[in-house]
Amino acid sequence: MIDIRLHLKYSTFALDVNLQLPGRGVTALYGHSGSGKTTCLRCIAGLERAEDAFVQINDEVWQDSHKGLFVPAHKRALGYVFQEASLFPHLSVRANLAFGLKRIPRQQRRVDMAQATELLGIGHLLERNPQHLSGGERQRIGIARALLTSPRLLLMDEPLAALDSQRKSEILPYLERLHDELNIPVLYVSHAQDEVARLADHIVLLSEGKALASGPIGETLARLDLPLALGDDAGVVIAGQVIAYDAHYQLLTLQLPNCPLQIRVAHAPLAVGQPLRVKVQARDVSLSLQAEEHSSILNRLPVTVTQDIGADNSAHVLVRLDAGGTPLLARITRFSRDQLHLHPGQALWAQIKAVAVLA
Amino acid sequence: MPLSSADFSAIWLTIKLASLTTVILLIIGTPIALWLSRTTSWWRGPIGAVVALPLVLPPTVIGFYLLLTMGPNGYFGQFTQWLGLGTLTFSFAGLVIGSVIYSMPFVVQPLQNAFSAIGTRPLEVAATLRANPWDTFFTVILPLARPGFITASILGFAHTVGEFGVVLMIGGNIPDKTRVVSVQIYDHVEAMEYAQAHWLAGAMVVFAFLVLLALYSSRKTKMGWS
Repeated sequence: MIDIRLHLKYSTFALDVNLQLPGRGVTALYGHSGSGKTTCLRCIAGLERAEDAFVQINDEVWQDSHKGLFVPAHKRALGYVFQEASLFPHLSVRANLAFGLKRIPRQQRRVDMAQATELLGIGHLLERNPQHLSGGERQRIGIARALLTSPRLLLMDEPLAALDSQRKSEILPYLERLHDELNIPVLYVSHAQDEVARLADHIVLLSEGKALASGPIGETLARLDLPLALGDDAGVVIAGQVIAYDAHYQLLTLQLPNCPLQIRVAHAPLAVGQPLRVKVQARDVSLSLQAEEHSSILNRLPVTVTQDIGADNSAHVLVRLDAGGTPLLARITRFSRDQLHLHPGQALWAQIKAVAVLA
Repeated sequence: MPLSSADFSAIWLTIKLASLTTVILLIIGTPIALWLSRTTSWWRGPIGAVVALPLVLPPTVIGFYLLLTMGPNGYFGQFTQWLGLGTLTFSFAGLVIGSVIYSMPFVVQPLQNAFSAIGTRPLEVAATLRANPWDTFFTVILPLARPGFITASILGFAHTVGEFGVVLMIGGNIPDKTRVVSVQIYDHVEAMEYAQAHWLAGAMVVFAFLVLLALYSSRKTKMGWS
């Protein structure tokens, strides 16, 4: 359990958050620039000192201003990945990696050099000088360097924001491996919804120094009362399980969590039983009163309308649906809503035009 | 032999004075520069201005006040007398104190620029990698500020070698104790020994040129922060 209460005031900005986060998995701090997410992270790391704060990571208290406790940053068992890799230019890659490692007592080390270099695919770069590496390589070294301190909490401040999309897609798989193979809770600051959808289990939505929402990613992205649902790329993340693969048509069948409903996705073969995350965008979901048998659309799910609200323009509405317990969002025109006489509790069919595989 | 034994003794004294001054300045100038580069305190302006004063004041002004302070009736003079050391005017130790003050900005300013250029990020990175502030100073700040330390040492040394006014005011002209090269040249000229003066003065020109050449050539390689 991660318990964070921060209260801090600058002349132009105030941060006021009270968060109870899961002590495992990836939690995204998501919001626009200026929403306070980086300040939040810096306070947790002790790089910035909030006057009124309480920070507890599992069983360790790092700050408790009521008791006058403030553990300095260098005594907190955390790893911090900055937006720019910030490697030490006077040290080789190997010496950069060893910088944190050699300051950790041997019996407290849980990640070793071989494991970290393998996990991030940087074994061949060890003798190089950081100046002669690409942005993506540098960031992977920055991540490995942070991991080698065997942190109890890994803080990542937009680690991909300074990279172009090609470098981003080069690093994302490594971040996913981190998530799957290491049991270190991660706080991941980002303003990119695709990264969050891909990596996070839990999301905190920050706006103007306040937490608007905090919850599991699937539920939270589908909430209509949050500004998240209004964006053009609004949608839901579904963590399903592979139950079949059709080699002839190269289609995976994915079962939705806790219900017999299935969706099919074009994908390379995956073993049955494997978990898979997909994102379904609200604009790719259309609604129909009957099951359209004669359609090129692959996925049709029986759903129930739970709620609808106006979208960011007056021609559209957002409809929240329930597909056997999994929330879905559909973005349709207000005209269609009235034509179909949509109302809460109504049963109909959701047709999904596209499913994006996230992992 | 173009240089007399008195000339060699002046050269040796000058080297001794400049080396000692540079070492002392690196030791006391580093914390001052570090503080000036990091602080947001109101005192930053006044302290920075005091450190820079020798850049603009005539050496005779500094020498005059040092003479008063270190003399038998000055605060510092009374303190050194109370310690049983006598007064430091017209002594090598007094010359060192004067040089430290006179050359201070030439050491503090390059260091301050070097520390400012490093910024706070490397220090934060070091802290998140479990390095305490002292550890960070020796393993991150010192190596990253190395070009600044080289510049500061060269400038501090060379500027002390070139000192004349302060020396004359507080040290006078005592062979083997306070008679440095610049004073020795002055003496040669006073005594109409132009040939002797030429040799020493020429050596100073060559020395100054070589120092600046070394300084400006070393600046072409810059270390970037990645």
